[in-house]
Amino acid sequence: MSTTSRRKLLTALPVVGASALGFGFWRMLHGMQNGGFDPRAVNTPQLGHPIPNFSLPGLPASVANADQTTGFNASELQSQHTPILLNFFASWCIPCVAEMPGLRIIAQEIPIWGVAYKDKPEDAAAFIQRDGSPYARIATDQNGRAAIDWGVTGVPESFLIAPGGRILWHNASGLTPQLFDAEIRPLLAPYR
Amino acid sequence: MKKHLSILCALTLGISLAGAAFAVDSPSEMLPNPLQEKRAETIGAQLRCLVCQNESIEDSSAPLARDLRRVVREQVESGKTDQQIMMWMTDRYGTFIRLSPPFSITTALLWIMPGLALLSGIGLAWWQFRQRNTPTPSNDLTEDERARLAALTRENKS
Repeated sequence: MSTTSRRKLLTALPVVGASALGFGFWRMLHGMQNGGFDPRAVNTPQLGHPIPNFSLPGLPASVANADQTTGFNASELQSQHTPILLNFFASWCIPCVAEMPGLRIIAQEIPIWGVAYKDKPEDAAAFIQRDGSPYARIATDQNGRAAIDWGVTGVPESFLIAPGGRILWHNASGLTPQLFDAEIRPLLAPYR
Repeated sequence: MKKHLSILCALTLGISLAGAAFAVDSPSEMLPNPLQEKRAETIGAQLRCLVCQNESIEDSSAPLARDLRRVVREQVESGKTDQQIMMWMTDRYGTFIRLSPPFSITTALLWIMPGLALLSGIGLAWWQFRQRNTPTPSNDLTEDERARLAALTRENKS
């Protein structure tokens, strides 16, 4: 190799390296801004798998409507004929409060079943009744054990369940109508 | 001076020990059997707290970490093996929950990087060393150049 071409190579190497790094960082930051990349996201291994077994009680009759007191279990979720959106929430969770108006819009298109995670039943009841509940069914997971079986790391967290009980989609942050349109609606097409 | 040094040593040791203390919130969380508790702590130290992500569930005081600590202790008490408990965790949270990920296609680069770095360092050093040992070409004039120079100086004189 001649001296000049070696010099050119040595000059180009750091420039190319720095550009590649810069591009990589730009991609990451861009993705973090538009939601395409979340470094803290936990990829649930349950995607595509059957739902875990669980049975959860509803809200106490003293604070809730009659249809909110029954709770639900895995076999009820499996025996549905349309996809169901399962949403873990809590009255003490700010992102859940922010998520509610969006959930009420989404509830017009798909039944949402809610699980109150580590929440006092009376707080959960007051929370969903305050502006109208988006939930078709409601259950409470007071000690958070069922949530662990679902691989939930925090609230809000949502799962799309196919008829028969397979997990089609999972999201570990707040659900919005925009996200619903972009990611869930295409998955619903085969079931319409 | 010597006294100061020993105080400093004691302090340093104290701080490093405090850093290793576990976040078990209350003694009631611990198992009565010290051997089982030790096992549970060892397993917990290998599990990532999914809320704080850079702490183990033994180090973290997040509610989810506390719940998972309880699960580990229940399973240790019920006689499950370390491997079964790890499987139970990875079934729910994926290999991400393991602070030390298993060797696979996706983690291969991560695991072989230290060896790779060492090898390339040795290679670079060896190359540099060889480079230095090769004699640099002499700066003295060759026979031809000498003759040309002599001819040129002769021309100038005349």
